[in-house]
Amino acid sequence: MRVTVTVNGEQRRADDVWEGESLLFLLRERLGLPGSKNACEQGECGSCTVYLDDVPVCSCLVAAGQVQDREVRTVEGLAEGDRLDPVQEAFVEAGAVQCGFCTPGLVVAAHDLLDRVPRPSDPEIREALAGNLCRCTGYEKILDAVRLAAARR
Amino acid sequence: MRTFAYLSADDVATAVQAISTEPGAKFLGGGTNLVDLMREGVEHPDTVIDITRLPLTGVEELPDGGVRIGALVRNSDLAGDRLIRGRYPMLSQALLTGASAQLRNMATVGGNVLQRTRCAYFYDGTAACNKREPGAGCDAIGGFNRNHAILGTSEDCIATHPSDMCVALAALDAVVEVESVRGKRRIPLVDFHLLPGGTPQVETALEADELITAVELPPSPLAATSRYRKVRDRASYAFALVSVAAALEVADGTVTGVRLALGGVAAKPWRAYEAERVLLGAPATEESFRLAAEAELAPAVGRSQNEFKIELAKRAVVATLRQLLTEGGAA
Repeated sequence: MRVTVTVNGEQRRADDVWEGESLLFLLRERLGLPGSKNACEQGECGSCTVYLDDVPVCSCLVAAGQVQDREVRTVEGLAEGDRLDPVQEAFVEAGAVQCGFCTPGLVVAAHDLLDRVPRPSDPEIREALAGNLCRCTGYEKILDAVRLAAARR
Repeated sequence: MRTFAYLSADDVATAVQAISTEPGAKFLGGGTNLVDLMREGVEHPDTVIDITRLPLTGVEELPDGGVRIGALVRNSDLAGDRLIRGRYPMLSQALLTGASAQLRNMATVGGNVLQRTRCAYFYDGTAACNKREPGAGCDAIGGFNRNHAILGTSEDCIATHPSDMCVALAALDAVVEVESVRGKRRIPLVDFHLLPGGTPQVETALEADELITAVELPPSPLAATSRYRKVRDRASYAFALVSVAAALEVADGTVTGVRLALGGVAAKPWRAYEAERVLLGAPATEESFRLAAEAELAPAVGRSQNEFKIELAKRAVVATLRQLLTEGGAA
């Protein structure tokens, strides 16, 4: 099928797409957006988290056929030009990045949290990020980054 | 993952028509369980019928004071719904203890009802599993069965139903509405999931060509004072070892109304009818709560690693009822 989908504010089109392939595959392999990461492919790790119609989802579990005429925002769509989103800046400054594989998913999840809850408590941060696993176990710095981003808003 | 044909339906009639002519087809909702099982090779439908565009996303008040929930309402939307939070707080709480934020944003009510066990041997294609391959045996019995069932098991299967939402639905006397080309029918949630017996591969009362269209909750003044308590290995993002959905009504120190259901203990959400029978009319005391829990768990059978669940379930029941008595329902 031909998939037409708005990605990061821009209408995109991909041809010869198998409806059953994942949104994650569509983004990474067909639309040239490798920010969202492919790790568990089971919805368990959150590395592929993107906004679908403004709600964070695991793009590995969404079928390409399901995103026709819908709106996707990936980690690439958070920065404004060269200016990083405050959440991204905070991750850099807090040293919340080790191997970096979980980072894009965590940035999107943290971005969504701060949109909904500008001043989250620690338990709220933990619960909001529970679906994003860091295999380097760098969670303390990640919590620091989210607190820092919240303080700057 | 094996390839499959993909169809999309815009209305219920088209969806049920499509599945009636495609015996190997599955409906695709949020995809949080089906896609996972397809990747593992446990499910391999020839055709997937995408139903996410069906107009089944409403949460509506019924004339009798009950609530009708469309099958495609997302778990996160249902948890935050004002009607649900006000009238059935145990349901909102149960939903919020399930999965992760991303998965709750995707998972649908109908899909949650139909989710399959997370037994590791069911997922592992190299293990023996009567549910995946009838007659193959059960590696969970005598294997790693710490998370497995203690009530209603058989020698063929000791898997649990993993849903939190369904535990609350069982306590609330929910009714599942299903539709096929043959018409509509209504199935009480407590009769929807089946115990394994000698056929653990048959998990629900749903026929292969039927679509869940809605879940209805009858009015229940009692349910406004209710709670869901989930006991698990981590504070978040873990399946229940044991969970309790409870509502309690007390007048002059006597239990005048009670709803109780357990999760993590059986192949179906376990409505605790025996405990309810013991409690109704009894003094609202810790001793009564304990007697009720003992009665409910009397037939429980522990396996090599999950014996602890029997006492855990009793204590979780007592603790939940005590909290309802002293603090009232969830805010």
